[in-house]
Amino acid sequence: MIWLASLTILLPFLAAFAGMLGGPSLGRLLGSGGPLRNGPALIACAPAAVSLVLSAIVAFVVWQDPGARTGALTVIDTGSVPIRVGLQVDGLSAVVALMVCCVALAVQVYSVAYMDGDRRYSSYAAFVSLFTAAMLLVVFAGDLLVLYVGWEVMGICSYFLIGHHWEERANSRAAVKAFLVTRLGDVGFLIGIIVLGLSARTFEIHGVLTRVWTMPGSTLTIVALLLLAGVAGKSAQFPLHTWLPDAMAGPTPISALIHAATMVAAGIYVVARLYGVFAAAPGAPAVLGVIAVISMVGAALAALAQDDLKRVLAYSTISQLAVMGVALAVGAKSAAIFHLLTHGAFKALLFLAAGCVIATTGSTLLAKHGGLRRGMPITFWSMTVGFAALAGVPPFSGWFSKDSVIEAAQHAAFPTHPTAEASWFAYAPLDNGPAADTGVDRLVRLHGGPVWTYSSTPDLPHWTAWLIYLGLLLTVALTAAYAMRAWLMVFFGEQRGTYEVREPSKIMTWTAAAVAVPAAILGFFGLGAGELRPHLGPALIGVGLLIVGAGAVFLLWNRDPAADPAKALGALRRVFARGFYVDELYAMAIVRPVQALARGVVWFDRRGVDAAVVGSGRGARRLGGLLRIPQNGNAQAYLTGLLAGVAVITALVVIFR
Amino acid sequence: MMAIPLFGALAMLVPADRFLRTGFAVRAFGTGVSAATLLVAVSALTAFDFGDTSRTQLQANWAWAPAIGLRFHLGADGISLPLVVLTALLTFLCFLYTLRHPPEGGMIRLLTALLLVLEVGLIGTFTALDLVLFFVFFETVLIPMYVVIMLWGGAGRRAAATKFILYTLLGSGLLLAGMLLVAVNAGTLDMVQLAARHGAGVSRGVQITAFALMGIGFAVKAPMWPLHTWLPDAHTEAPTVGSVLLAGVLLKMGTYGLVRVALPLAPDGAQVWAPWLGLLAVIGIVYGALACLAQRDLKRMIAYSSVGHMGFVLLGIASLTPVGVNAALFGNIAHGLITGLLFFLAGAVKDRWGSTDMDALGGGMLGRAPRLASVLTFASVASLGLPGLAGFWGEMLAMVGAYRPHADLPRTAFVVFMAVAGIGALLTAGYFLRMLAKITHGPAPEPAGPAPAAVTAQEYAAWVPLIALTLLVGLWPKTLLDVTAAPVRALFGGG
Repeated sequence: MIWLASLTILLPFLAAFAGMLGGPSLGRLLGSGGPLRNGPALIACAPAAVSLVLSAIVAFVVWQDPGARTGALTVIDTGSVPIRVGLQVDGLSAVVALMVCCVALAVQVYSVAYMDGDRRYSSYAAFVSLFTAAMLLVVFAGDLLVLYVGWEVMGICSYFLIGHHWEERANSRAAVKAFLVTRLGDVGFLIGIIVLGLSARTFEIHGVLTRVWTMPGSTLTIVALLLLAGVAGKSAQFPLHTWLPDAMAGPTPISALIHAATMVAAGIYVVARLYGVFAAAPGAPAVLGVIAVISMVGAALAALAQDDLKRVLAYSTISQLAVMGVALAVGAKSAAIFHLLTHGAFKALLFLAAGCVIATTGSTLLAKHGGLRRGMPITFWSMTVGFAALAGVPPFSGWFSKDSVIEAAQHAAFPTHPTAEASWFAYAPLDNGPAADTGVDRLVRLHGGPVWTYSSTPDLPHWTAWLIYLGLLLTVALTAAYAMRAWLMVFFGEQRGTYEVREPSKIMTWTAAAVAVPAAILGFFGLGAGELRPHLGPALIGVGLLIVGAGAVFLLWNRDPAADPAKALGALRRVFARGFYVDELYAMAIVRPVQALARGVVWFDRRGVDAAVVGSGRGARRLGGLLRIPQNGNAQAYLTGLLAGVAVITALVVIFR
Repeated sequence: MMAIPLFGALAMLVPADRFLRTGFAVRAFGTGVSAATLLVAVSALTAFDFGDTSRTQLQANWAWAPAIGLRFHLGADGISLPLVVLTALLTFLCFLYTLRHPPEGGMIRLLTALLLVLEVGLIGTFTALDLVLFFVFFETVLIPMYVVIMLWGGAGRRAAATKFILYTLLGSGLLLAGMLLVAVNAGTLDMVQLAARHGAGVSRGVQITAFALMGIGFAVKAPMWPLHTWLPDAHTEAPTVGSVLLAGVLLKMGTYGLVRVALPLAPDGAQVWAPWLGLLAVIGIVYGALACLAQRDLKRMIAYSSVGHMGFVLLGIASLTPVGVNAALFGNIAHGLITGLLFFLAGAVKDRWGSTDMDALGGGMLGRAPRLASVLTFASVASLGLPGLAGFWGEMLAMVGAYRPHADLPRTAFVVFMAVAGIGALLTAGYFLRMLAKITHGPAPEPAGPAPAAVTAQEYAAWVPLIALTLLVGLWPKTLLDVTAAPVRALFGGG
């Protein structure tokens, strides 16, 4: 079992090495012609496919026989708390790994066509493989430091992939920004891991979670906040979200990979993985909730005003991840993971389909699109499914998962109501098993106990719960609005640009269409688990807000199909489009002072520290020069000195006798 | 092991018309000698009993000057063995590189001899078990390095070499005073015996003074802020092989000395000074990183990055915990591998473009010389401490050590040090990415000069072992930690 999981990780890892070193030569060996003779593509796709099969087997076995399995390859003695290089397979990791492998395979296959003719395709595909391997390592890691290794490797892969077209300075800057901003969070994350590991006297995730209750509350809060810094960096939450919209500089399949399966998903996954720490830490859920609400509403507003299709999707990712964040803050872990899975499916679909649109139109700007419905029917329908799932139109997957989050937030905001419900939630899944295909409900069973009920976050202040609930409802309406706007501007109205509207290569269109299937139906798997089933109240509110948001945009657009509905925002549009000027603020508050400080250090090093050294050298020489004066080789002077000395000594003897 | 390079160096004294007439023959001879040394080092590795790494093995112990109790006592344990092998490896790689890329300035016979003497000194320092012997070897290293910088260096070599030799000699003077202070009080010069006593028999005041003296001596070498200013000049001016050995091994003598000599000889003094050492170490980390952020010259930037990285090593030592010292030893090796590689690469850049000024180089190196730029990217990523590569483990373990330092040290201060060190790690990533963005990314400058030469076989031969070891140690840190963990425990008096 553990071996299967290790193989799942190792295959893409080895593929990355093989692709990096031998990709181009294998390509030359096989010659050209047809995707089956494309060497680097084979190295990239075949292991991804095998990994998918393996992860499916792992998920199936876990579904048949739930329970955590751990295995350690070796134990590294560090002189302090040892590092156990090991993996842990349970329901949570199995189901997320399955999702990762699915998206990775889709992205690899799609890239074969999308990156066709790119000189550096081989290294590109290799980095995608490495990225996949790193994410799988995060998912299966049984030890915090092993998890951190995968976590950081993902960061560097995102750097390489976002900067794939490094000839443009802008792309290079975006790549550096992505790495540095996430690394800023990761410094906190690493310190958090160290504090947590040393307090628990083990770095093993399982061991840490069982010892959470022995730690003092203040330590837990510090740990949770430090970990949250890393989570905010990776999952692009306020205030470390600024790298994600810029990361759109990378090739579109990379955006699909980063937004759906890897990187941003890792942050939410880690919170779910270490949920015991967050739930037990006083104040941590409230902080998580507030951060998530700011990200959720702010990003949705920003998405409403973007001119660029990819940036709309990027801000929607921030917003949707924040939805998972609030689910975690109110204690609905299963709902969060459920939304992570459905989001993975529909966001991958949206980006892959957007890639088709961009390949056809040659532009990412919404103003250049329009009227693509007739010429690109497959892309149109796939993307429609994607937008519907994003906005939460029943019965697409996003509706189910979002509904379960709203339900959970409602429970938190109206705490009198859910007592009966909560106890049912805590115990019922224990005998409500095999119906769920996704294994989501098994998570509850694994960690068991009433700890995981809605009331497990007693220190979530009431106002926070209300803030979350209202923010969530607002986000539902806004999401519907920006999804509607993008959908209308891309596919309806008149064509705005001079290009031939036709479907790009078959591989791309059909990969996107294939991803549309899970994006449409994944929600039904949630029916197996009680707490993920749609509830009447939240469902009605959700659909109502959906109609309000989408309807408003439709009415605006209907008045003048050529104009951008975002014009109605007026002066606010610019503020939203620039993402509330957070970037400018950081440039002023952090980047420039650091640069100035760096210049100051160099100056100080030369004028201060080094000058002291050189100065002492000169001083020694001058001292030497002074001492040289008496030793001028003049015998008369020596004799004079001698006599003077004798005179002085005599005088002293006479005086002090 | 030391006899081979010594004989090699002596052979270089034979007049040129009798022995090895051409420059290439001399370089080939040097390569052969260092290869033989490496072979001996590797066989020492196989002869070493890894079941008992804390015991000093492979000893040689002869009387040297019985009248004052001097003994010619050599031996290796888990602390010194990795450094010995690293020295032999890097020297060999330097010779291999020189085969095809001799530094400008001719006199290849002298260079070969000097590098071999340097190797003798380094290996001697890492294996010496007698205080005076240690000091002799420690000093042996300085002169060849001085001459290498002086004769084969860049434009400002004279000032750089003078600063290097004076600064380090000053440090050595203090070091000798400190070591003799302990030795006279304890009545023996044998380091094994002294270490086994854990400072017993030497009064607290003497220990504090001795640690301060020895600490400054080693800190100059390491280098520790604010005693670092000789380093950027020396690195920038030194020829490629000089920089590689200087960064790869010479700096390690300082930190090795702290672990091997200063800590066990004066443990009480160490406890008094450790917070100050830690403070200066984290200042060095952040200061070095900030200085890098504003550098224009590639070699100077790598040199300042050494200040930052050695800061992590010193922080590990300052925590006075087994995990911290393990981190220091790990960081030593990792820094030797990675920075050695970086200086090789900087040398390759200088060979091709004639400059290491980042603005003069322009951008687009990934397009103009893709392989060189890829290896440079790899080395930078390793150096900024990516987990899975060698640089990470030393930094991470140093932070673990600082979070829970020795029980008698002020905990709060060290926790602050840890947080500052974390920020330093972030800045490290910042300046390496800035460098990469500046010279490897972007469009190639106009007009594009002649295409740079392809990477030669000798360059690959010099790089690949370092890349492979960086990956091996990074992916499987157990290789190194298992060797050092036991002797470090013994150092702190545990089993």
